[in-house]
Amino acid sequence: MIEIKKEQHNNYLQLSVEGEADASSAINLDKAIRDAFDEGHQTILIDCTNLNYISSAGLGVFMSYIEEISSNSINFILFGLSDKVLKVFGILGLDQLLTIKENKEEALQAFNGI
Amino acid sequence: MSKSFKLTPKFYMRLSMVLAILLWLIVSLIDVLQLLALKSGVDLGITREVPILLMDFFFVFVVIYYRIRIREEDGSNFVDLLWRVFATGLVTTIISLFFKLFYSSIGDSALGQNEFLRIFTLGVNQAIISIFLISTFTIWKKLILYQKSRRLIVYWNTFEWLVIASIFFNLTGYTLQGSLVFEIVFAVMTLMAITLSGNLKWVAYLNFKQKWKSILLIILITIYVFYFFAELYVTPEEAATFFSPIDSLFTIILFTFLLFYSVFSLLVILFNLPTSSVFERKMEEAINFQRLSQSIQTGESEEQIFDILLTSSMNAVYADAGWIEVNKDENSTQFINKNISRESINKIKEQIFSSKSRTVMKNPLSSSNSETDRVLVTLKRSNFKSVFVVPLTVQNKVSGFMYLLNEVSDGFNKEMINIINTFASQASVSIENFKLMGEAISNERYKEELDIAKRVQRALLPDALDHDDRFSIHAFTIAAAEVGGDYYDTFKLSDHRFAIVIGDVSGKGTSAAFHMSQMKGIFQSLAQMDLSSDEFLFRANKALSQCLERTSFITLTYFILDTKSKKLEFARAGHCPTLYYDNSNKTAEYFQNKGLGLGILRNDSFKKFIHVNELEFDKDDILVLYTDGISEASNAEGEEFGFDRMKSLLEKNAHYDPVMIQKIFISKLYEFCGTKDLNDDYTMVVIKFK
Repeated sequence: MIEIKKEQHNNYLQLSVEGEADASSAINLDKAIRDAFDEGHQTILIDCTNLNYISSAGLGVFMSYIEEISSNSINFILFGLSDKVLKVFGILGLDQLLTIKENKEEALQAFNGI
Repeated sequence: MSKSFKLTPKFYMRLSMVLAILLWLIVSLIDVLQLLALKSGVDLGITREVPILLMDFFFVFVVIYYRIRIREEDGSNFVDLLWRVFATGLVTTIISLFFKLFYSSIGDSALGQNEFLRIFTLGVNQAIISIFLISTFTIWKKLILYQKSRRLIVYWNTFEWLVIASIFFNLTGYTLQGSLVFEIVFAVMTLMAITLSGNLKWVAYLNFKQKWKSILLIILITIYVFYFFAELYVTPEEAATFFSPIDSLFTIILFTFLLFYSVFSLLVILFNLPTSSVFERKMEEAINFQRLSQSIQTGESEEQIFDILLTSSMNAVYADAGWIEVNKDENSTQFINKNISRESINKIKEQIFSSKSRTVMKNPLSSSNSETDRVLVTLKRSNFKSVFVVPLTVQNKVSGFMYLLNEVSDGFNKEMINIINTFASQASVSIENFKLMGEAISNERYKEELDIAKRVQRALLPDALDHDDRFSIHAFTIAAAEVGGDYYDTFKLSDHRFAIVIGDVSGKGTSAAFHMSQMKGIFQSLAQMDLSSDEFLFRANKALSQCLERTSFITLTYFILDTKSKKLEFARAGHCPTLYYDNSNKTAEYFQNKGLGLGILRNDSFKKFIHVNELEFDKDDILVLYTDGISEASNAEGEEFGFDRMKSLLEKNAHYDPVMIQKIFISKLYEFCGTKDLNDDYTMVVIKFK
């Protein structure tokens, strides 16, 4: 089960992902991110504080946006990943392609600094 | 006499027939001898009882013969049974008449006056008449007991045993005219016979034609009974005989019973004649209903079920024409019509919609939905004056309508409407079952297809792994679903160089299995080119970029093992870090080199993310390759099996061979998870250097 909360802030959109991103819920995650892209947001923050588990299907969703992020110069930042989830990103090598920050402050700093 | 006898019913039947004939011959002989003795004034010393007793046993054996014989008969073909009584009667009468004619033709001659001949004729007559009576008796029994209850069986058995017992009543010497005991017993048994004659349930099962036949046969049978009675009644007054048949309680009871039953059934059939068409119709309805409910089992199609529905509905309500229209899908409608053309259907439908004279009957099951209402419409400008429209609901959806047309107005009464409703709902159930069965069959087919996929995929994983005497290798894999996305393989590059690969396709099941087979193809073709490990990954990524789904990727580790130089080169494409046991310091560790999964970056920049590791191995060093199904397997508390547990497990069991190490890992894994039913594919390959 996955729950995605959408928060519109002044200069960024925050998606809070809660629960487990597995094969069945990855579709919901994909749709939420797709919508955010289609709405033309330049800065998207993904709050993973309450993301307990991510499977390869969940990773596949993030992976599929990598090229779009770089070609459209979108600020796409993940933060608050648990050690377990972060390790999964690390093994696959996704941490090298996605911007991952420890917490929200760092995430905000990261794109304000750009 | 070597032939062994079996005491079958047929044997008893024949035995009783032979005994009956023998007895009859003896009795006839005695009669003749008695007459001779009487004439010459000699006392033979044979008492009066002996021939009577012998004759009684003759009856008993005839009864036994028919009891056994009738048991084999089919009791439901009533006309046949009656026909048999009639035929037996006919033969009996002809024989009896023949003797009578013969007698009257020689009446005045010396032969006619011959008393021996008279005695013989009388004996024959008496024997065949009793045979007719007894055979008819057993057939009447069959008819009476056609629908039996416990009480009826007890009652009948009492009567039957009384009748058999009455055979021996003549030993007492009582006569009808002269004995009160005889009269009382006779009265009681007559009463029983009359009560039993009320059991005529079989009549209801005759159709109109059969009833007429039965009436005819029973009239003839009754005539026989009367004729034989007259025959027996007259003779004894003239004949000098020790036995007067009419004074036999057995014979007279049989006559009484047969007569009553014949007359009763005759009357009942006669009175049932006018209503038999109604019964026939009801029977037909029941059969049609059964056909509708059974059509599914006989593998008939939906169309055939509708056809049966229309035909039986039209028959049941005397409809002159009718049709069924079924919505196949959004745009097409299928028509099944009887006695009406498509053209007239359209005209009548128009009239139905415009007609003001309509009675709507709500469907009690779904009162809110007006589509499920049944409608009775009266038409004016058409050959057909009344129409009954029934919706056909399958799986809670109206899938069509049945229209029944009648040339008279108000052609459908309440009872007819009820029957049609029952038919329609039964047909709906049948079609529903038909659809469910179809679904079950296609599910079964999918299962078979998956089984095939499973076998094909198993064949993609190698049976034997390439190796030489410098190292041993063992692999183990389990898929969570029928097919999985885990992959391992080996390739012999040269005498002492081997390529080994382990991989994991993102996702599970069929899509993962397809990608896994692509990976196999890529490995087998690229390995032949003997590339360096990073070049291999780079090319594999490029190839996969063309064929992987947008959200799919493959993680992989590619090893090149040189047993001569004792060197191991490998590159990791986002796959789980390899666990390596170093025998020199007795510790295990993970290779934490950088890497990126295949298919994540689908351009040349992928190369930047790949690092090549090299190391030298020694005897008893161990390499454990695995997929995340093992490292990420979690227990009920959500805790993962994890890297630390695997590391210490390897350190503790490093002295074993690869097969044993794998077995220990998997058994510990099951122990940790508390189940063998993990919800991911899991694979491990263990290599130990020698």
